[in-house]
Amino acid sequence: MASVILRHREIPDINKLNIYKKNGGFVAFKNAVTKMQPSEVTDVVKNSGLRGRGGAGFPTGVKWSFIDNKNWPHYVVANADESEPGTFKDREIMESNPFQFLEGVALASYAVGANAAYVYLRGEFWQVAAFLDEKIAEMEAAGYLGENLFGTEYSLKIYTHLGAGAYICGEETAMLESIEGKRGQPRIRPPFPAVYGLYGKPTVVNNVETLTNLPLIIQNGADWYKSLGTPDSAGVKIFSLSGRVRKPGNYELPFGTTFRQLIYEHGGGILDGHPVKAIMPAGASSSFILVDDKVLNTPMDYASVRTLGADLGSASVIVIDDTVSIDWVINKTIHFFKHESCGKCTPCREGTYWMMHLIDRIHKNGHSKADVDLLLNVARQMQNKCLCPLGEFSTMAVVTGIERFSQDFKVVSRNS
Amino acid sequence: MTKQVTLTIDGKQVTVADGMLVIDAAKTAGIDIPVFCYHPKMEPVGMCRQCMVEIGRPMIDRATGKAILDDKGDPKVQFMPKLETACTNPVSEGMVVLTQSDKAKAGQKANLEFLLTSHPLDCPICDKGGECALQDLTIAHGPGQSRYLYDEKMHLAKNVPLGELIFLDQERCIQCARCIRFQDEIAGDAVIDFDERGRSTQIVSLSDPGFDSVFSGNTTDICPVGALTTADFRFGARPWELNASASICSQCPVGCNLTFNTRREAMADGTIVIKRVMPRQNEEVNETWICDKGRFAYHYVESDARLGKSLIRKDGRLARASWDAATRAAGQAFAEAKKNFVVLASGRLSNEDLFNLKSLADQVGGKAVLYSNMGGGDLTALVGVGAGTNFGEMGKGTTIVVMASDLYEEAPIWYLRVKQAAERGATLIVANPRETKLERYSDFVIRYSYGDEVKTVQDLTKKGKVGDAFTKAENAVILFGSEGLGLEGSTALATACARALNDTEHVGKPNNGLIGVWQRANDQGAWEIGFRPEENLAAALKGKTVYVVGADPAGDDPALAKALSSAEFVAVQDLFETETAKLADVVLAAQAYTEREGTFTSGERRVQRFYPAVPALGESKPDYAITSQVARQMGVILEGTSASVVFDIMAADIPVFAGLNYARLAEVKEQWPIVGRGDMYYGGSTYENKQGLGVQLSNAASRGEKATLPRVQKVAAVRPKENKLLAVPFTKLYDRGATVASTELLDQRIGQAFVVLHPSAAKNLGIEAGERAKLTLDGINEEVVVKIDDTIPAGVVLVPRSMGLPINEPGEAGLKAGKKAAVR
Amino acid sequence: MSLAKKYSKEVKQILSKYPAEHKRSAVMPLLYLAQREEGYINKEAMQEIGKLLDITETEVASIVGFYTLYHDKKEGKYRMQVCTDLPCALRGADQFMESLCEHLGIKVGETTADGLITLESVTCLAGCDKAPMFQLQSPDGLEYHENMTVDKTMELIEALKKSGTEVK
Ligand SMILES: Cc1cc2nc3c(=O)[nH]c(=O)nc-3n(C[C@H](O)[C@H](O)[C@H](O)COP(=O)(O)O)c2cc1C
Ligand code: SF4
Ligand code: FES
Repeated sequence: MASVILRHREIPDINKLNIYKKNGGFVAFKNAVTKMQPSEVTDVVKNSGLRGRGGAGFPTGVKWSFIDNKNWPHYVVANADESEPGTFKDREIMESNPFQFLEGVALASYAVGANAAYVYLRGEFWQVAAFLDEKIAEMEAAGYLGENLFGTEYSLKIYTHLGAGAYICGEETAMLESIEGKRGQPRIRPPFPAVYGLYGKPTVVNNVETLTNLPLIIQNGADWYKSLGTPDSAGVKIFSLSGRVRKPGNYELPFGTTFRQLIYEHGGGILDGHPVKAIMPAGASSSFILVDDKVLNTPMDYASVRTLGADLGSASVIVIDDTVSIDWVINKTIHFFKHESCGKCTPCREGTYWMMHLIDRIHKNGHSKADVDLLLNVARQMQNKCLCPLGEFSTMAVVTGIERFSQDFKVVSRNS
Repeated sequence: MTKQVTLTIDGKQVTVADGMLVIDAAKTAGIDIPVFCYHPKMEPVGMCRQCMVEIGRPMIDRATGKAILDDKGDPKVQFMPKLETACTNPVSEGMVVLTQSDKAKAGQKANLEFLLTSHPLDCPICDKGGECALQDLTIAHGPGQSRYLYDEKMHLAKNVPLGELIFLDQERCIQCARCIRFQDEIAGDAVIDFDERGRSTQIVSLSDPGFDSVFSGNTTDICPVGALTTADFRFGARPWELNASASICSQCPVGCNLTFNTRREAMADGTIVIKRVMPRQNEEVNETWICDKGRFAYHYVESDARLGKSLIRKDGRLARASWDAATRAAGQAFAEAKKNFVVLASGRLSNEDLFNLKSLADQVGGKAVLYSNMGGGDLTALVGVGAGTNFGEMGKGTTIVVMASDLYEEAPIWYLRVKQAAERGATLIVANPRETKLERYSDFVIRYSYGDEVKTVQDLTKKGKVGDAFTKAENAVILFGSEGLGLEGSTALATACARALNDTEHVGKPNNGLIGVWQRANDQGAWEIGFRPEENLAAALKGKTVYVVGADPAGDDPALAKALSSAEFVAVQDLFETETAKLADVVLAAQAYTEREGTFTSGERRVQRFYPAVPALGESKPDYAITSQVARQMGVILEGTSASVVFDIMAADIPVFAGLNYARLAEVKEQWPIVGRGDMYYGGSTYENKQGLGVQLSNAASRGEKATLPRVQKVAAVRPKENKLLAVPFTKLYDRGATVASTELLDQRIGQAFVVLHPSAAKNLGIEAGERAKLTLDGINEEVVVKIDDTIPAGVVLVPRSMGLPINEPGEAGLKAGKKAAVR
Repeated sequence: MSLAKKYSKEVKQILSKYPAEHKRSAVMPLLYLAQREEGYINKEAMQEIGKLLDITETEVASIVGFYTLYHDKKEGKYRMQVCTDLPCALRGADQFMESLCEHLGIKVGETTADGLITLESVTCLAGCDKAPMFQLQSPDGLEYHENMTVDKTMELIEALKKSGTEVK
């Protein structure tokens, strides 16, 4: 099947403007601007069943329709912060298929009436940002961005904005604060960005992968896209496969592909032929899935993964084999979240710090049951109290790790 | 009226305005939901997570838009699965809130435990102990035992100066950001902020001087723990040992309501002393805030240099005298003087003091002169702001003009209130020859030249954008000051302002009229009572019998010293043995206003009571009582035992005070936000007002009397001449005035005598920033430090008032580079 | 040094990205510009940026403190930031880091004696499939180095040493 997003793997040099154009580039955008009403674009996207690829899986067209049309101007922000451990798909898209992504940004902007869009890249994507700036300049020169596009009233500028090392800026309201030149700390929601976004104006925030789907959806229609996935999860998804597999990498597959297919057919199986022990399907924020045959045969779509007690999220599948102890894994995730907690709210700021002490103690002194119990209790105590999902994310691996892999917390002592 | 909604909180039905937050609705119903980050005067941020409650909302049928009913016909209520923050959720009709359910309490308790993991729990040595939200809540809801290892706590610096006035204890900070948000949202001085992130988050200030804001002390009131303390109070006392006395700030015409906290102190020989100054709520005056001058500059009242006894000149030297001897000497001289008798008094005195002084002058046939270089108080009496004026209610439809005044330096709380009014939509016009801070919030800036004040005001009533903003405004207020002006100039300016307001019918109503940004707390009162300044004061004093009260003319100006040395007789009544006292024949020891009762009339013409806080020093007496005793020696009867009786007599005598008495001034009504009741953290440790909100005076216009305004006097404006510098006076907050200089804590902010030059002028003179120069002014030579500022006009040298340089009005000045000092 | 003078074109271009009434948005790109000078941001630069954007230097410092790619202290000319987060660690990043330390004779967080390299351990860099990997932060940019071995890394360091630019 031809790729929808990772098309550079089939079309060399699609990152060159003329090659992209030759392969249908900008047809969708031009059609939209010259022949479609913004609301029609939104309707197509709604009907396509496209859901956000940034993690929450919210229907994209529905999100756009929440935009407040009494308050102007509107903005579009592309979320290229990509900082979830185990996620590395947006980077490949932007590096290799940049025009399709930028055309997606342009389509979203047209649909919600934005004349300015910002691409927020994590600071580490310094080179990617410079590359995108070149591509944006080429599009301006070719008349795909700027004033009065295709002879219409519609104008659009796209800008890049670099973050500077803060996972929390992937959270949409923290990202908006960051673009506003403030500390990247989340805002209370509601109001959601569609009502109160960048500079207090209605704003759509979408993930890079979400946006990159748009040109082909507009070109080929909603039904075409729907036909690619499962009823609950339309279309294709990029699975970032990492961990103890032979061939880690990005795999663009239709929703409904099983874990087994991903790990064994595409990922080449486990290093040294070990068995899979656990899967974290959504990066460090995931719950652990305790793996057996049934799990491996489960189709990867939003609803099915939920039956396993986890969320598909951004589909950053981290594979853990039987050489790895789960307490070591949660040590890594807790240190990650402690480092990335923005410090705005109490439970996350203090809870991640406390959990870090507990896991360090557990590792240094051997597992005392009291410490493991306390760790589980602290994590549970944080749940449902944090201001934003980061604090909640930090507890997922801890709670499910201790609950589902209790044998890994039974070792009484260990050399440090 | 705004729509009202009814909800249920802990089973109690509450009806409040739509849009109110759950936390505030609970407060009005007497239910205290614990908070740390929320403060009723700031935007909610929901970050501390302490105020978690269960919230249920009626289920609505999507199709019909109507409430779904249960079997009993009551609306079905759906509770959110998660706890919600009461501080970020607005109320809605039919909402059900549970603040005490097991789930809610468990959430609040869990959050407290998280906070305590990092807290040092050093309550026994903490200044906030006894009024600490964390301590109170821990006792009420906290876990009995710590599950957190002490060794794993973060250990951080405990005495970090954010500036010399405010200290930070990093361990105690709970990162609620109240202080940062106050400085940013309310004060507009974002000079403190968080550094780092996560558990490493700490407050820092990089400004120079540190924590460079005149509102900094307020952050210590709203800090819910003992993380921020003032250099003045820290380690001074435990809050529960303190007594509280209501007072009014005596530092500027705003009239902020204060509380003096006092304690008997072993270190002060067992006497009762003031330990700290706290704001007292008056939403129509200072809300819950005060400025740092009001908070810290009170130390003059307890200065060692205070006069405890009266003195009489004997053989050329001042020697201790009995009250009888001293008042007899003064009385005799005054009686003999008749028409040659001059009372020279300042707005530092209370209404009662001034009234007795004026009565005495009238009896003898002498003159009552106000010690001031600013005119126009007769006009503020005619067309001053109408009773009911409240900056807190001004917004869209109101135009505020600030003319020849730098409110940030001269009346900080007015600055704050005008700024907020502008943010609520009031149109703000700021007119000043140089850049001032308030301009950031203005709609129009008028940059006129020193000398063009009158014309600038007259242009306000002309056509054009600015003119329309003023003339067509529903309400208009003008605050006028004396930047760059002497008595003559400010009188002309006041007249022009009064006429502009009168011509546009912005008089006689609330939120309309004229306000004088006076230099002293009770200048307005002095004008109402009939004191008037003298254009040529030196001439008016020469050869006269002078009764100088609450002023130090000889210390301020060598010309006045000279005039007084050739006076017939000088009696001085003061707190200190001032330069003027050194010239006196009799010196009478007055009490500080912290030691007695009285009233001040603020610039907004609000008469407010202050109460005794500490015992009187030595043999000193209240000014009104001394005056009465002097009068008695002359056979004149003036009330001298009770301030409230003096006030009653004044009210019977002066129409504008008619109907007022101490009881009325002490009336209070409920204010929002509610502070000080069950908890000290919701609104901060600001004091609740139980002692009176004061009463605003009526004015001629509001009484329906036709105000006949004088014509604008012609003033020969002095202007910068080529190759000459024009010296213009301006006012700065921290000066060397008698009521500021004794506070050592402020030394750094007061600084040395200085002048300000434009870079081009400095270049011409070959002077660099920070260098010393010789200033020649009015025949005086003084060494000054030169500051350079490119936001002031080129041909002037700005000379601060009350910094030891005699500047009463604009005039020519000379400036010469001093010896080259090393530039810092 | 004045940014506005030295990089007037860049400053103008940066400011043009954001609505004039929201120029505070430019603080992050301007901080990168300031960092170009010496690899860290000093107080004068914060003051200047604050002035340019109508915010206080404390607010600027607060931004510097929040984000990990801004530095307010001088350290090695290059910051070698090795990802040791979960996905990379599952593929040997910790061991890679350990032997790098041995080869360089420094601990994580330290700087080599010649001031060339500061070795840091960082969270996920979105290069999980190409572990071990690190990014090299220099005053004027960032570069990814993926699928690395210790040998390849030491070669790189040698090349950096030789690259002529004198190390202070
Ligand atoms: C802590 C946190 C980190 C996040 N990081 C990212 C990210 O790196 N990239 C991303 O696209 N979305 C991220 N999200 C999700 C965004 O908040 C937001 O939901 C998303 O950008 C919406 O786009 P979509 O609807 O296209 O998925 C993160 C959310 C949270 C709470
Ligand atoms: S949950 Fe963590 S990241 Fe989110 S607001 Fe709270 S402290 Fe910040
Ligand atoms: S979260 Fe409501 S008071 Fe802090």
